[in-house]
Amino acid sequence: MPGPRGEAEKSKDFGKAIKRVIKELKNFRVMAIIAVLIAAISSVVSIMVPNMLSNLTDKIAEGLRMDMDFNAIWSMTIMIALFQIGSAIAGVVEGFLMTDVSNRFAQELRDRISEKINRLPLKFFDKNQTGDTLSRVTNDVDTIAQSLNESLSTIVAAIALFIGVVIMMFVTNWVMALTAIISGFVGFFFVSIVLKKSQKYFTARQKELGNINSHIEEIYSGLNVVKAYNGQKEADKEFDRLNQKVYDANRKSQFLSGLMPPMMMFIGNLGYVAVCVVGALLVMNDAITFGTIVAFIIYVRMFTSPLTQIAQSLNYLQSCAAASERVFEFLDEAEMPEQHPTQVLERDKVRGMIEFRHVKFGYDENKLIIKDFSALAKSGQKIAIVGPTGAGKTTMVNLLMRFYEINSGSIYIDGVPISELSRENVRSLFTMVLQDTWLFAGTVRDNIVYNRKGVSDEQVWNVCDRVGLSHFVKTLPKGLDSDITESESVSAGQRQLITIARGMVEDAPFLILDEATSNVDTRTEELVQKAMDKLMHGRTSFIIAHRLSTIKNADLILVMKDGNIVETGKHDELIKKNGFYAELYNSQFQIS
Amino acid sequence: MFRLLKNLTKRDIALILLVVILICLQVWLDLKMPDYMSEITRLVQTEGSEMVEILKNGGLMMACALGSLASMAFVGYLVANISANFSKSVRKKLFSKVEALGMGEVKKFSIASLITRTTNDITQVQMFLSFGMQMLIKAPLTAVWAITKILDKSWEWSTATALAVVLLLSLVVVIMVIVVPRFKLIQKMTDRLNGVTRENMTGIRVVRAFNAEKYEEKKFAKANKELTDTQVFSQKALSLFSPIIFFTMHFLTLTVYVVGAYLIDHAGAMDKLTIFSNMVVFSSYATQVIMSFLMLAVIFMMVPRAQVSAVRINEVMDTELSIKEGERDVADAPETGTVEFRNVSFKYPDAEDYVIQGISFKAERGQTIAFIGSTGSGKSTLINLVPRFYDATEGEVLVDGINVKDYTFESLYNRLGYVPQKAVMMDGTVSSNVAFGDNGKGKRSAMDVTNAIKVAQGTDFVEKLDKKYFAHIAQGGTNISGGQKQRLAIARAIARDPEIYIFDDSFSALDYKTDAALRKALKKHTKHATSLIVAQRIGTIMNADQIIVLDDGKCVGQGTHTELLKSCEVYKQIAESQLSPEEIKASMNIKPVDYAAEEEKARKQAAKKLGAFAVRRVD
Repeated sequence: MPGPRGEAEKSKDFGKAIKRVIKELKNFRVMAIIAVLIAAISSVVSIMVPNMLSNLTDKIAEGLRMDMDFNAIWSMTIMIALFQIGSAIAGVVEGFLMTDVSNRFAQELRDRISEKINRLPLKFFDKNQTGDTLSRVTNDVDTIAQSLNESLSTIVAAIALFIGVVIMMFVTNWVMALTAIISGFVGFFFVSIVLKKSQKYFTARQKELGNINSHIEEIYSGLNVVKAYNGQKEADKEFDRLNQKVYDANRKSQFLSGLMPPMMMFIGNLGYVAVCVVGALLVMNDAITFGTIVAFIIYVRMFTSPLTQIAQSLNYLQSCAAASERVFEFLDEAEMPEQHPTQVLERDKVRGMIEFRHVKFGYDENKLIIKDFSALAKSGQKIAIVGPTGAGKTTMVNLLMRFYEINSGSIYIDGVPISELSRENVRSLFTMVLQDTWLFAGTVRDNIVYNRKGVSDEQVWNVCDRVGLSHFVKTLPKGLDSDITESESVSAGQRQLITIARGMVEDAPFLILDEATSNVDTRTEELVQKAMDKLMHGRTSFIIAHRLSTIKNADLILVMKDGNIVETGKHDELIKKNGFYAELYNSQFQIS
Repeated sequence: MFRLLKNLTKRDIALILLVVILICLQVWLDLKMPDYMSEITRLVQTEGSEMVEILKNGGLMMACALGSLASMAFVGYLVANISANFSKSVRKKLFSKVEALGMGEVKKFSIASLITRTTNDITQVQMFLSFGMQMLIKAPLTAVWAITKILDKSWEWSTATALAVVLLLSLVVVIMVIVVPRFKLIQKMTDRLNGVTRENMTGIRVVRAFNAEKYEEKKFAKANKELTDTQVFSQKALSLFSPIIFFTMHFLTLTVYVVGAYLIDHAGAMDKLTIFSNMVVFSSYATQVIMSFLMLAVIFMMVPRAQVSAVRINEVMDTELSIKEGERDVADAPETGTVEFRNVSFKYPDAEDYVIQGISFKAERGQTIAFIGSTGSGKSTLINLVPRFYDATEGEVLVDGINVKDYTFESLYNRLGYVPQKAVMMDGTVSSNVAFGDNGKGKRSAMDVTNAIKVAQGTDFVEKLDKKYFAHIAQGGTNISGGQKQRLAIARAIARDPEIYIFDDSFSALDYKTDAALRKALKKHTKHATSLIVAQRIGTIMNADQIIVLDDGKCVGQGTHTELLKSCEVYKQIAESQLSPEEIKASMNIKPVDYAAEEEKARKQAAKKLGAFAVRRVD
């Protein structure tokens, strides 16, 4: 079979991928089978219509010599009309069914991806780019839906039609049948050559487009640097080079793909002439009647069109296979291990003690980041974790929240190892505010309340007051109901304040602040800090901060370096010690 | 759309004319074929016709088919050339235009949108050009031609055909009216779905910390359902097309036949055969007419999409450049290494409020001027006026005693070493990134690169990389950390060896230790260069020659650290939020002193390595 139109991507294992798709289609199988059956039947039926039309022509031709037999003409006409109406209805029904099957299947896949995201270990997100997963949710799933919609019933109908026509042809006359088939395949031979060639150029075109797009992206996003460094000439030179390549690939691939329709038409015409000539020869030798030729003229058309359709559908299935491989690869990713919690800690009853005991951990199995960490946080204490970048401060939080599982050692909350609690249970005990100000599309209220139920506006305003957000919210056109969009109207500092407010609504016994105020200017930070101190009162809290000024009043400062605690103590003690902490602290004020 | 087509060259237009001629030829050949077809049919049907005749007609028909194929192939070749050339030149023009845009305009469009405009939108227009152009010429040509062939045959048949055309076209219109607005909706809903997924992933830690997985899944499921419902509806509407079209076409044939039967019946014996053959011919041409009208409909369905893209491209092309290049290619300026602001104000066009207002200062050669203030106080904007990312609305910005607006870009930028807030990394190697651009002094040597990296405190990490100075840097620098990127960006400025450094909050991604070491090395390396520094940390700027304190775009304090602590309330507040009273007190002794004395003092202090709160100025 000739390869389909060039654009399709190659799948790794076409058969396996298609089998998987069929298996996953389980909820829609009945609908799909009905649709396919309807398509097959209606295509077989359509073989009969041309015959009936030519009979009608004959009947009218008879009327040339004698009286018109209007009774016969009308009954034939009505018969044909009924067939046509039937086939139109079947077409509509089949179309509707396939639309439902493919789109609902896509919906199901997307939902599964969304749920999968939440079952994956965080490790996955460290290794994979958001853009890649996103493109699976949209592009790949869309490709599956579209290609299923276009190909599934078409391919079955086309095969049915093809087989039907071939049988009909051989039953009618084998010489004519061979003529038609040979002329068809001669045509397809040429088409397949063109296709093979165009495949190459399509791949080249995609590649070159990708290259120029990423160059454009690079230059645009670094435009200030390109300008200020007089890099324009360099950028232009590269652009021209890539643009020329795109031009060449574009020309060639478009020309070749543009050849397809005329070639298909030509194949049709070739078949027509071949059948007529051979048919006329046979008629003259009295081997066949004229009616046979008329029938074959129609068969030739019917024979070439399913071949095109099959070729096209195979192409669609090819991209479906490639896309489905990516989607299922994602859905098959290893999930977080099942959990069997043996204990439960209730929020109201937690006393607030946390202990790390000989914790070892590495994101990479072989590369420990936390080498041997032990520490004790007593109820109500303010614990600060400091250290240079890469010392493993944030890692501690990740372990505490059970975002990652530790390699050895254990972490206890009120004496209970967190491995015996469910992840949800552990997380429900913490309020966490992170450095990256994560806001989502929605109103200010949505962003502050988030997933908690029964939070009154009063509570929300109260929290806003405490973090100094009230004034800003009141200046917004719709107050709490104002939409937070991607727009610049909400500054980085305000975004951070909103996330802090979100954390404050949560009333958990433990508090984690991971660089929570790094985006607000120092004066605002002070204000927030005061609110935080109020919030932290009586709670065990962990604070990670860049600006050491914020943690001077901590009950315990853990100084980390290369995954270990190198010093512990209060600010004054550590400064007196004049060790790593003092060095770190003083470097703040070292000036050029 | 049509305005964009002006980008076609004279040669392209000549080629398009050739395309029109070729398509005419092809339509003629296509419409000729049914004649031969019916001739063959007739011959075959008539007993005793000559084989030679059939072969002749068959041969002629094949010749037509081949001719049509050849001319279509040629048309395809020409169109591919024209459209590829078109997209090439539009892409180039747009790219150059974007390069010339000021940051204000870039911000207005957003970078993401500019990228889409230069990539996707151009591809859209090109697609339309390559598919649409052929059809746009061919469809009306075929329709008109076919109509003239059958018009005089019988008004009954013509009426039936016209009815079918009207019926189909109105159907197309109805479906499009229903579907097109939904397409826009679908685009929006897809964006929404993408947004929800992106949010879930970027906020994965928050989602889990709040046990909000179910909340996110529900949000997704809702967006997903909305999208799918709309998609199913519009696709179903579209799926009506093909059954209805084929039904109408077949039904038209049927009608022509039945009407024909009556016409033949009523006609005189002489006319019967003519009417019969007319009938056969008519039905085949009628199909052509309908098909070409449908082709037209398809084009009109494509138009809105391409039109949207065309408008988006034109928007960029039409943007008036707010930053115009000066004409002075200055080799010898009256001063060296000076930056002066004379009563400078800036506001975005159309904005009411000034971002910065009435700023004046002068930086002499070798001096360091620092800018501090809370987020949104206008520090970055101010510093961006020097490399002309924006132009001052009022007042003058002078570099080396000449207004920045008078310089050619090249001669202005050759004087500057600018380091942005967000480090920009290009696909390439460590070296290619550091040596990026042109400073009018020839290519930077490997030595320049290693030195620059050394000053920027990057030697350690670079030498740990796989291929060291030739290690691959991914686009956007995704394969190195934020602090490493920032150091390479600073190295890039150092390698230029500029008169004037501009650091737009470039030190914040570094930890305090690296920050301090870097600035120390930098000061040593660039003794005679002028530095403008925007910073958040008091520590970073405390010993600048001049500190300018900004609040809401206005200068509320100007002087040295010590002076400002005494005189400027805002500065005092900032200092107090970062330093303890003891530290502030200790820092009061700081004043900009000459290097030699300073170096000596620093050495002593380092030797002592005591005094936890001592704030040192080290060279």
